[in-house]
Amino acid sequence: MPQVARPRSPHLDIYRWQIQMVSSILHRAAGVALAAGSVLLVCLLTSLASGPAAYAKVQGFAGSIVGMIVLLGFTWSLAYHLLNGLRHLLEDTGRGFAIKTFVMTGWVAVIGSFVLTALVWACVLLQRGGA
Amino acid sequence: MSRPNLQTPLKQVRGLGSARGGTHHFIVQRITAIALVPLSLWLVWLLLSLVHLDYAGARALLATPCHAVLMAAFVLAAFWHAQLGLQVVIEDYVHTPGLEIALQIAVKFLCVLGALACTLAIVRIALGS
Repeated sequence: MPQVARPRSPHLDIYRWQIQMVSSILHRAAGVALAAGSVLLVCLLTSLASGPAAYAKVQGFAGSIVGMIVLLGFTWSLAYHLLNGLRHLLEDTGRGFAIKTFVMTGWVAVIGSFVLTALVWACVLLQRGGA
Repeated sequence: MSRPNLQTPLKQVRGLGSARGGTHHFIVQRITAIALVPLSLWLVWLLLSLVHLDYAGARALLATPCHAVLMAAFVLAAFWHAQLGLQVVIEDYVHTPGLEIALQIAVKFLCVLGALACTLAIVRIALGS
């Protein structure tokens, strides 16, 4: 046994934040968020099957401020998980592991997720007449 | 019967046997992921189409066989993929023995219930019942 207390393996709070770890953590977080958000899809489909009254409630929630924020979060989670998931599938083939490439594709996933989210919500707001 | 035991001593003590099934989890996670790439793009398009539709219009759109089938495919792939992903998250972060098992079972039950509820709703919409 060593006489001196040796440093233990450094944990997350020791590291400088970098895209390699951020892209990985976000992938999980977005995945969990999407799983939680699947409740919304269940509500949408069951209300559509139930009738106009139930569907109006879901529409009311989707159009409210809280609903829009939740849906915005859902959109970003889907966009990010989709793009970073494609990155994972690329890496499954053994490509994209050079540090430079890995960092670049990480930024593509992060920035691209915001671009996709903006595009989707531009479509939503245009359809709603800029409301 | 004295077959040689190839497990590590640690595995024997834990009594869990070898992992073996990990590859199946990995492959199904990838297959559902690949399926979800086009399906989620379609879903976003569909949801955007719903924005300007009223109840009757939304229901009529989803009742078309093409969209009903795609929605069922999305729901099944998504809940399957979600279950696989949540399973790994729980394995990684929850180490309290009873709680871990309870969460693993709860996630599986909830994913199956979600998939069934959505499937029944899609069938009702498609059949107009």
